[in-house]
Amino acid sequence: MLEITPLHYSLLSAALFMIGVIGVLVRRNVIIIFMSIELILNAVNINLIALSDQLQDLAGQVFVVFVIAVAAAEAAVGLGIIIAFYRNKETVNIDEIQIMRW
Amino acid sequence: MAEAIVFWTLAVLILGLGIMVVSARSAVHSVLFLVVNFLLVAVLYVMLNAEFVAVIQVLVYAGGIVVLYLFVVMLVNLKRAPERYADPRRLGRFGLILAGVVLAEVIAIAVYSSGADGWVAAEGALGAADTPFADCGAGSLVSCNTEQLGWVLYTSYLIPFEVASMLLLVAMIGAIVLAKRHL
Repeated sequence: MLEITPLHYSLLSAALFMIGVIGVLVRRNVIIIFMSIELILNAVNINLIALSDQLQDLAGQVFVVFVIAVAAAEAAVGLGIIIAFYRNKETVNIDEIQIMRW
Repeated sequence: MAEAIVFWTLAVLILGLGIMVVSARSAVHSVLFLVVNFLLVAVLYVMLNAEFVAVIQVLVYAGGIVVLYLFVVMLVNLKRAPERYADPRRLGRFGLILAGVVLAEVIAIAVYSSGADGWVAAEGALGAADTPFADCGAGSLVSCNTEQLGWVLYTSYLIPFEVASMLLLVAMIGAIVLAKRHL
């Protein structure tokens, strides 16, 4: 309890990941779903940094930099899609976005 | 002791704010909770001796991405709450059963694999890494971490770094093309 091991960070990361996944599954607002994805990416980053510290290997931190770059790209393109869709359909409800659904 | 107090405080705050991001009624509140969440995660990075990543987290996530989200929430003016529309084809019960099966599988995997001590083996293999972690500019005011991360990023990970820069360029052009009304 008092000594913080990498396992504690991994459990925190897993819990944050779960919260993000629940957000993606439960919410219907696309913007909030995107924010939940950001939470998931943050959980992965916590795990990578904790293991980087544990193993004294900088590769984990390099990967976090790449994850942040990909998250920025994803946010930009995804929000662009949301704006383009909202302009046509006047909705951000994930259940109404079903033009390409089978 | 001090580390334990800081960790548990941060853990409770991060998880609580995560739950609030997911459960907040208004999207603006959600974004604001997300900012605080990102800042607390940055504090966690500092605790784990990753100062450079902590600064990047504050600049890119809390400063850049969240502002983007706020702009979109502002542009997408919600006249009616999206939560009200119920999908008639939603298979709630089937999804619940499927989720239960997956959870049982994950628990089974965790129980069966808990005996192996993979941690120790991994530490032995990677303990003596190539990166010079110990001695960097003793007495310099600049943090050691940034120097070393830059060294690794521009030598061992040069190609992935260039690919990431190309990805950002493509994402920038794509976002402009998507959001522009007429090209």
